[in-house]
Amino acid sequence: MQARTSARRLQAAKNRPSSIVCRPSFVKAMMAVVQKDLAAEFRSRELLSAMLVFSLLVILIFNFALELDIKTRQSVTAGVLWTTFAFAGTLGLNRSMAVEKDRGCMDGLLLAPVDRAAIYFGKAISNLAFMLIVEAIVLPVYSMLYNVNLFQAGLLGVILLGSIGYTAVGTLLAAMSVQTRTRDVLLPILLFPVAIPVLLASVKASGGLLDGAEFSEILTPLNILIVYDVIFIAVAYMVFDFVVEE
Amino acid sequence: MQTKPIALTILDAASVIVLGIAAYLALVFAPTELVMGDVQRVFYFHVGTAWVGLLGFLIAALSGVVYIITKDMKWDRFEVAAVEVSTMFFFITIVLGSIWARPAWNTWWTWDPRLTTAAVTELIYVAYFMLRQGIEDPEKRARFGAVYTLLGGISAPITFMVIRLFRTIHPVVIGNQSAAAQGGFDMTADMRTAFFFALFAFTVIFIDLMWHRLRLGAFQEKVEQLKLKVSI
Repeated sequence: MQARTSARRLQAAKNRPSSIVCRPSFVKAMMAVVQKDLAAEFRSRELLSAMLVFSLLVILIFNFALELDIKTRQSVTAGVLWTTFAFAGTLGLNRSMAVEKDRGCMDGLLLAPVDRAAIYFGKAISNLAFMLIVEAIVLPVYSMLYNVNLFQAGLLGVILLGSIGYTAVGTLLAAMSVQTRTRDVLLPILLFPVAIPVLLASVKASGGLLDGAEFSEILTPLNILIVYDVIFIAVAYMVFDFVVEE
Repeated sequence: MQTKPIALTILDAASVIVLGIAAYLALVFAPTELVMGDVQRVFYFHVGTAWVGLLGFLIAALSGVVYIITKDMKWDRFEVAAVEVSTMFFFITIVLGSIWARPAWNTWWTWDPRLTTAAVTELIYVAYFMLRQGIEDPEKRARFGAVYTLLGGISAPITFMVIRLFRTIHPVVIGNQSAAAQGGFDMTADMRTAFFFALFAFTVIFIDLMWHRLRLGAFQEKVEQLKLKVSI
């Protein structure tokens, strides 16, 4: 009698869906990918230093190319900042996916018994983190060099929203471009035409904020930014599976 | 090898004929516009090519979605054909528009919503071809192509809305807002005939070219498969 119940219990344990036992939760898996990327980056500092030096150089070049005197500065600051972020962003996106591809880490990640979308969100969040770190350094440097106060709550919000949209599409396209023959060259070509709405809206909103425009004037680009973020995060979430599948 | 279907040959001949009639209607039959003169005749072909260009873009985005769902290579061929044909038509649209804009707006190009969206769409098309060129595996090429047309198909209308919203908030600095000053005009009955016939003609030509491109795609696939067989 007792033997039968224990056998039945064993059977029940076997029948229990294995997903509960060995599948980590979505958030856990996502955070694991983020943690891995951040740990690797803070030990090597390859990506951040490259992005940072690159963006400072871009600002330097703009200084000579546009003759950033006080009058022009007012009107072009938003454009210069977003061009810098976009360029530095592609650098980071490319590198973060290329590292996975080169050393076969992507296969390891894909073999892990987690939802593929968790991998996408993990990569997107770590890319966003890198972009935000670079922005956090570029902003004060720009403020200092050109004597413009960039630390307004509204502007920081716009930069956050813009960066989210940019990395959401960028991570997906980078996952595609690293699998092609032309890889590094291809990402900006794929990304820029698709990311134009987010860049345009960000430039408009930042420019408006820097000019001291009223909130109601900035509402439209802000709405577009939010809509773009939501749409493209949802699309990327749905199609990421197709992009990485072998 | 498949022989060319008779219907396709008939369609080829029909395309040439309707193009000829459309050209006659646009260049001779339609009355000369009072203000702009003969350059306005570009308009018939401009709108005709733009219409099929957009049609192709729509077909491409839809077949991308269908491919993602069904994974049938047929839809990939459909998508490539649509993108390729409409890239060409869109390019013609932009060139014809510039030819018209030079005397009418006194500039080859302005950053108006439609023009900007057309340019961005054309760039998305070009990026699409570059993406496909870099991938050898046909199945992966089809997957990536479908994802990219989907992204492009969502992004292009947003670009249009973004620019249009900004232009309505901020007044247009160069040029006047009134329709006449921007080159608008009322069509007479004869003009309307020429206009709608041009739309019809380009739709026929579009279908013809799509058909050719689809057949070509099927042949390409066959050649690729034969090559694989030989190399094994």
